[in-house]
Amino acid sequence: MNTITITLAKQAQLYLEADLITPDQFAGKSTAEIGAIEISEGKIRYPLASFAKIEGAAGPTPEETRIVLNGDWSRVKRIGQQMSAGEIIINSNVDMYTGGWMKGGKITVNGNADSFTGIAMAGGELTIKGNCQNHVGSAYRGDWRGMTGGVLRVMGNVGNDIGTFMRGGTIIVEGDAFIHVHTHGEGGTIIVKGNVEGRVGGQSVKGDVFVNGKIDYMMPGFKYVDDVTKEVDGVSAVYAHYIGDLGERHPDVKGQKIFTNLYLKK
Amino acid sequence: MKEVIKHVACPYCGACCDDLEITVEDDKIIEVKNACIIGTEIYHHASREGRVGSPRRRQPDGTYKDITYDEAIDFTAKMLIKAKKPLIYGFGSTNCEGMAAAGRVAEDAGAVLDNCASICHGSSFLAIFDTGYPSCTLGEVKNRADVVIYWGSNPAHAHPRHMSRYGIFPRGYFTGKGARGRKVIVVDPRYTDTARCADHFLQVAQGHDYDLFDAFRMVMHGYAADLPDVVAGIPKEKILEVCDVIKAGRYVHIFFGMGLCHSDGRNHNVDIAINLVRDINEFTKCTIMAMRGHYNIAGPGIVWAWQFGFPYCIDLTKGSHAHMNPGETSSVDLANRGEIDAFINIGTDAGAHFPIRSFEKIGGAGIPMVTIDPSVNMAATVSDVHIPVAIVGVETGGICYRMDNVPIQYRAVIKPFNGILTDEELFDKIYERMQELKMAGIESDGSWEYAAPLADVRPVKEAYE
Amino acid sequence: MTEYIIKNGCVIDPTQGINGQKMDICIKDGKIVDKVSNAAKVIDAAGKTVMAGGVDIHSHVAGPKVNAGRLFRPEDKLFKSPMRKSNLRMEMGFSVPSVSKTGYDYARLGYGFVMEAAMPPLEAAHVHEEIRDTPIIDEAAMPVLANNWFLLEYFKNHEIENAGAYASWILNATRGYALKCVNPGGTEAWGWGLNCITIHDKVPYFDITPAEIVKGLIETNEYLRLPHSVHVHANNLGNPGNYTTTLDTLKLVEGYKANNDFDREQVMHHTHIQFHCYGGDSFKSSSFESKSKEVMDYVNKQKGLTIDTGNVTLDETTTMTADGPFEYHLTHLNHLKWTNVDVELETAAGIVPFIYDPKTYIAGAQWAIGLEVALFAKDKERCFITTDHPNAGPFWRYPRIYKWLLSAKARNDLIANELKYGDKVIDTTYIGELSDKEISLYDLAQMTRSGVAKSLGLSHLYGSLKTGMNANVAVYDIDPENLPSDPEQYETAFGNVFAFFKDGVLCVENHEIVNYSMPKKTVWVNSIVPENKQVERDIRDKFLRTYTVDLENYAVFDEHVHNPYKIKVDITQ
Repeated sequence: MNTITITLAKQAQLYLEADLITPDQFAGKSTAEIGAIEISEGKIRYPLASFAKIEGAAGPTPEETRIVLNGDWSRVKRIGQQMSAGEIIINSNVDMYTGGWMKGGKITVNGNADSFTGIAMAGGELTIKGNCQNHVGSAYRGDWRGMTGGVLRVMGNVGNDIGTFMRGGTIIVEGDAFIHVHTHGEGGTIIVKGNVEGRVGGQSVKGDVFVNGKIDYMMPGFKYVDDVTKEVDGVSAVYAHYIGDLGERHPDVKGQKIFTNLYLKK
Repeated sequence: MKEVIKHVACPYCGACCDDLEITVEDDKIIEVKNACIIGTEIYHHASREGRVGSPRRRQPDGTYKDITYDEAIDFTAKMLIKAKKPLIYGFGSTNCEGMAAAGRVAEDAGAVLDNCASICHGSSFLAIFDTGYPSCTLGEVKNRADVVIYWGSNPAHAHPRHMSRYGIFPRGYFTGKGARGRKVIVVDPRYTDTARCADHFLQVAQGHDYDLFDAFRMVMHGYAADLPDVVAGIPKEKILEVCDVIKAGRYVHIFFGMGLCHSDGRNHNVDIAINLVRDINEFTKCTIMAMRGHYNIAGPGIVWAWQFGFPYCIDLTKGSHAHMNPGETSSVDLANRGEIDAFINIGTDAGAHFPIRSFEKIGGAGIPMVTIDPSVNMAATVSDVHIPVAIVGVETGGICYRMDNVPIQYRAVIKPFNGILTDEELFDKIYERMQELKMAGIESDGSWEYAAPLADVRPVKEAYE
Repeated sequence: MTEYIIKNGCVIDPTQGINGQKMDICIKDGKIVDKVSNAAKVIDAAGKTVMAGGVDIHSHVAGPKVNAGRLFRPEDKLFKSPMRKSNLRMEMGFSVPSVSKTGYDYARLGYGFVMEAAMPPLEAAHVHEEIRDTPIIDEAAMPVLANNWFLLEYFKNHEIENAGAYASWILNATRGYALKCVNPGGTEAWGWGLNCITIHDKVPYFDITPAEIVKGLIETNEYLRLPHSVHVHANNLGNPGNYTTTLDTLKLVEGYKANNDFDREQVMHHTHIQFHCYGGDSFKSSSFESKSKEVMDYVNKQKGLTIDTGNVTLDETTTMTADGPFEYHLTHLNHLKWTNVDVELETAAGIVPFIYDPKTYIAGAQWAIGLEVALFAKDKERCFITTDHPNAGPFWRYPRIYKWLLSAKARNDLIANELKYGDKVIDTTYIGELSDKEISLYDLAQMTRSGVAKSLGLSHLYGSLKTGMNANVAVYDIDPENLPSDPEQYETAFGNVFAFFKDGVLCVENHEIVNYSMPKKTVWVNSIVPENKQVERDIRDKFLRTYTVDLENYAVFDEHVHNPYKIKVDITQ
């Protein structure tokens, strides 16, 4: 694995969009070629090198390319968009769409990330060491195909719309969430280790949601079934098992209705 | 000589009443018939003292000095070219012709194009993206509906003639008994004046409409027995009673307002309402409609959908394609995050409507600002340039879309004050000027400064008086 | 005015019986002429095919329903829109393109005229606004009338003169072109959440049947002597077993004769017939089957009919139709978002995204049925290629359909390699039996030019290269004397016209759009009938009591119709 280190030396007046910072784009390119990759601030396009210092070397393939981002990337959007392999390590806060539409590989943010982190993620590992804003692992507007695969872990807190229209993969929130977890979900797993204010599993068709803390307002459409022991992120515990949203359509599989399972830690 | 102009459509609210009769004499409005009190005011405003008859430029001491249209257009065109990410926001009060012309300017400028829905029914758009919009025109409600629900909206004040023209009182083809044949359900955290017309009033706990919709949906899906005793402050028995009224209806219609799209969860309060409509259709006919605010606030969503595929929050900065994602490309978020470097406030008042902390980041941050509006509104008082335009529906006609997306053809009843331009003419001239400036080598280099009009560039054609 | 000469192309023009003959086409002042001066700009068309500009008889390109489809599908734009070319406006959208993309893409296919398939009269001004913003192509729009309360009442009493006076008023008020019939009676029933499945189901309250509505519309159309016939989308669209309803509907033409001065011979155009040729009683492969042969056997022998195909392109697309109950049914099949607009006194519309996934049996069968319709058609002057854009697929996929029709190999390869249930599709459809059948370029020109123009009553304006015609001319990279061995070349060539003239203006040159600012026409029919006090009273009364807009604001103001081209039809003379 080759490592290429990019140090952001200059801040934009507005925000930078850097959807081309991915191992897929960097692989097989020289530092000069990588420096020429376009980033934009509004309608103005710049070569990456005009904002950043580029050191090291990219690998011949995405799989063999690790990108380390140093400096302050808190005003940079779309890092790791659609990446399929390799690794990105961001040693600062970062703005929106980090790991959006990613298909594979690994992103680690050693800081906070803004909204739309891991939007419509399909595979790979995305870890945020700090907090996130809203729409983590959510779908793009209007799309019924939200997150379909991969593991998205936020070690801090998140806002609203976590895993909206989720169809697969796993989201783990180690802190608290605000409202709308797994709304319109149709698969996948969400684990919230802290508390949620409410609206967990609203309009959810199927999938699994675990909440280790408390939910201030349960959806009326969730019905208690039984107590079960579940291993969640490596820890076994007893959970109260609810099914719902009884107000939503649910598929029939061999005469059996499939519901979304909500597990609330006892 | 007095003249009465009939069948005039009103430029106030989304109900777009098109039966007004306006009496004019010597290009002054004398009398307004059939309009509500607010609509009447709009017409009289046009003939009142204090109209601005010329573009104005703010002076260093904060006062305003009249400038020519050429100068104002040059300033605006140059600002649009030079800025890295200009925002063009508003369009609550203009016609579709102006919106289409602005779309061309925004695309050429690489701007973000947004309208008042962004701070209003924009969350309803998000719901429509996710769940669709089973709706109808207002005449369907008038002619067929026997159960009408107003949820989180108060037309008694916001759309004064809505209940009499469309919702509750009119006698239609299949609804000959008018109000006596309709069951009216109002859901609101407050006992509003609209609620006084209701057969059933549900005083939902503030911020818990989503839960109440879920309860309604449970009943529709056959899980009435699993309802908690109280949901969102409403007893189970009342929910079941209202569900029975809905199921017994031949045609059920839901009007929803900002009570849904401006409380926590926003779009999801609307998309669950839409899903309830889907559910009710299993039992009887049901449709839903957003109570759009301004008379043509549906317009920009429609015009820009055919131009760009998106109704609002349209980021055109990439030049290659349009991008929309409210939360990122929405005006208030852009302002809050410091993500724009020039601002056009057109046919609205961002100064009055944006959260003050957001507007401070534009008005107070030295970002160049142009206001295009017939009136001196709050945004105009802090703009670098204020360009007055003709009042749509009074001084110029054009197409406007009613809240049900029906195009209403507006009429001019008097001539534009002092010969001022229409929005469409103004934006077309800004476009022409941008082409001239680009030909003269003015580029988008992001180095916007308050440059004086360039002397070496041919002035805009003297086509107006 | 600029002169052009398209030199040495192989011309295919069925209106003159020209089939691949090497000849020059001269253009001057917007018209096709016999000769031009030496100053004429030369377009070298050696080894290329020259045809008249294409004509689309049925495409949803402008208006409230199309635009609602654009608006509610942001995901139809995401990563799916082409990057803008520097001299053009942005082109957004995959299945429901923005107006700019619509105009450009039709030009890239070499099309000069497109019929908007459904205009709700109440929202006509919207249609005309979009037409204004759509570049290049001439357009017309058909007001939807088969669920209109005025007409239901007149037809119930068999008052054809009154129906005619009203329909004439509507054509003039909406600046419309022809009488469109969508799910007759069923869409009115949808006002109460119901539907009419057969042509004998009673419409609730109005006490009339779809059969009576269709016959009423045919009689009204011929009474008004309109250029186009009634344009029908029958009841029971998209449902297994619907072919009997289709045949019942088609047979309603028996006994009627075309009455017009526009060369039109049919009394009914049935649109997107692929969706109406289904047998069986469910979508399972054990039941569902093609009935295209049964339907086409009737079409082939009935000269009073023209049809278009509605070919499935196997894409993710957006369905949209004035058949409101059908879309409600569809959203229950795929659980995707559903938009509906019921329009007071007139019609409705429904919109649902849909994926024709080649991995499903049913999409494969629908794909096959659409192609069968075209291959079974004996008279190619009466069968036209459409996708019912965007219902069965986006119109810019036409070249792919041409490929499947021009090349049996392309079709058979797809069945073998891309359809997951290719064998089942062969078992349940006729596509296997047609495995070596191909159409010719001449057939294609009939199915996309001359036949279409004739059916629309527009053969004096479109679909021909005769001297004196408006110069809409397309030049394609196909050599009829040396047809491509790789069928993909058909798709490439027909999708990227080499040169295209719109009204004599060079619009596409060397595969690139070079000019899109030429004036474009809005074609409409100005129908004139004897004064009818009864109908005038009825109109005033309905507007007073039932509509929510004033009568005086209903008809489209002149200022909102752009570059109108009026075709006057006066039955009082």
